[in-house]
Amino acid sequence: MKVLVPIKRAVDYNVRVRVKNDGSGVELNGVKMSVNPFDEIANEEALRLKEKGVVTEVVVATIGVAKAEDQLRSELARGADRAIHVVADQDIQPLQAARILKKLVEDEGIDLVLMGKQAIDDDANQTGQMLATLLGWPQATFASKVEIEGQTARVDREIDAGIETLEVDLPAVITADLRLNEPRFIKLPDIMKAKRKPLDKRELGDFDIDVPTLEVTETRPPSGREPGRMVKDVDELIATLKDKGLV
Amino acid sequence: MSKILIVAETLSGELHPTTAKAVACAQAIGGDIHVAVFGSGDQGPAQAAAEIEGVTEVLYVQHDENNAARAATLAPQVVALAAEGYSHLLAANTTTGKDLMPRVAALLGVPQVTDIMAVHGPRDFDRPIYAGNAITRVQAPGDFVLVGTVRTASFGAAGGGNSAAVSDKAVDAELPSHTRLVEQKTGGGDRPDLQTASRVVSGGRALGSSENFDIIFKLADALGAGAGASRAAVDAGYVPNDMQVGQTGKIIAPDLYIACGISGAIQHLAGIKDAGTIVAINNDENAPIFEIADLGLVGDLFEVVPQLTEKLG
Ligand SMILES: Cc1cc2nc3c(=O)[nH]c(=O)nc-3n(C[C@H](O)[C@H](O)[C@H](O)COP(=O)(O)OP(=O)(O)OC[C@H]3O[C@@H](n4cnc5c(N)ncnc54)[C@H](O)[C@@H]3O)c2cc1C
Ligand SMILES: Nc1ncnc2c1ncn2[C@@H]1O[C@H](COP(=O)(O)O)[C@@H](O)[C@H]1O
Repeated sequence: MKVLVPIKRAVDYNVRVRVKNDGSGVELNGVKMSVNPFDEIANEEALRLKEKGVVTEVVVATIGVAKAEDQLRSELARGADRAIHVVADQDIQPLQAARILKKLVEDEGIDLVLMGKQAIDDDANQTGQMLATLLGWPQATFASKVEIEGQTARVDREIDAGIETLEVDLPAVITADLRLNEPRFIKLPDIMKAKRKPLDKRELGDFDIDVPTLEVTETRPPSGREPGRMVKDVDELIATLKDKGLV
Repeated sequence: MSKILIVAETLSGELHPTTAKAVACAQAIGGDIHVAVFGSGDQGPAQAAAEIEGVTEVLYVQHDENNAARAATLAPQVVALAAEGYSHLLAANTTTGKDLMPRVAALLGVPQVTDIMAVHGPRDFDRPIYAGNAITRVQAPGDFVLVGTVRTASFGAAGGGNSAAVSDKAVDAELPSHTRLVEQKTGGGDRPDLQTASRVVSGGRALGSSENFDIIFKLADALGAGAGASRAAVDAGYVPNDMQVGQTGKIIAPDLYIACGISGAIQHLAGIKDAGTIVAINNDENAPIFEIADLGLVGDLFEVVPQLTEKLG
């Protein structure tokens, strides 16, 4: 079974992003970039399935700027077998990403897509569902447990009400939630080894991404909260809450 | 004029309260507001939807599959309804809405606006990015169907007392058989639903065990509040995942939020930014949670929280 793991280069989750003064976006200059954390989890899951003998090959892919090669290399270092880089300088929206990924799935003969449930930059939470739909495949989103048995996947999903277990026929798209696993650390020798793993470059022009898109007209910081104050003890806290009519 | 279809959400045979929040967003857009309720027999949730203020019609779509319908089976049905001239298809940005609506959008070949938090015009919205640390204004040029999910923390529920017409609707759609629901384990319980509760008490890693979490539940019960948790508390297994508040958990906007032993990581704060009053109880006076708390109390939660419970009970 061949698995595709789409990964996105995004601002590191520890960075407190700053909106540019002219409202044109968030400041990315000099900001630490990493692999979207959910995608690291997706790749880890693919690697564990490979170690169990369920999966034969793990292909990581990204659509992004030239520097996104760094993120592909780090997922190769984690253990993926090879990488595909669709070089794109423009912003790619989820439906466009889904169309590109669909073509990769078809070109590569992929049986299972494991990917993040959301990218922590756009927080769109769409691409996996859209990819599954375009392929006519089932989806299991927000996965916290994945078991593959023959031609079906049994997936625990984290839903608002608790946990739901789904069974989907393969091929399928599964999107990873945080508690699916804890990704292994990348070791230095593996980084060296990853440099020699195959990484194919593809051009954006090879893909049809002519779909309606949304236009971002302005980016601004969220409205701040009024500064708060400290209370000295429980009595003062209760008195203040009573004043505000909250208790 | 806009013609808006809202996909209702049901849970355990009842209309979910977030549906009324999606209706509030539709009211801000303006136009004719219909609600689609998918079920396999019991019209109760459809009747409940008909009571929501601003709704002009409820479409009850019955199908044997709709008892345990998942995104893959619902999406073709929504798309079949969409053919009837709707300009907007909306759902609440719950895990159900997030699972379903991108599937609807992809079937229609259109983009989706996730997490609508404010409406500037029928095709002009604000939505959060970077865990709410930036807000973007997005427009949908052209006239394709606008598919979106509604950030429930940004809209108060539309009122009740309405009695819109409920009509049975048969849809002609081929439903796939590749997805099967095995089971649902819902925590639920008697406490108010986090996404609509007016008060929420949350606990973090500092609680140290599921037994200790009792003090959070006791305070929540004394206040008639919902109970939440940080990711760390869920990861450690103290409480179930449906209690997680934050970027990847629930985004909530209660009038009162009490965070106990939670440090205030940006991903947690993403879930509570719209709360009315935030109270933080933490024994580290430098904890980042105090930067956004309206009221901060430095202290040991194992002393402070039971005291609060006792004095408020
Ligand atoms: C992609 C991504 C998504 C995430 N999504 C979420 C999310 O949705 N929700 C979420 O919460 N987190 C999320 N996180 C995790 C987040 O970054 C933090 O790790 C998490 O919120 C920390 O939880 P905590 O505050 O309970 O634990 P800690 O950060 O360990 O804080 C514990 C706090 O308790 C205090 N404390 C200790 N003992 C006591 C005592 N006796 N009395 C009072 N105070 C005490 C400490 O001073 C400390 O401030 C996400 C992370 C990533 C990478
Ligand atoms: N440009 C991209 N390149 C590769 N994968 C992507 C890209 N954008 C999104 N994805 C994948 O889609 C998931 C969900 O992203 P989103 O729908 O943008 O929240 C991510 O976790 C990635 O796995």
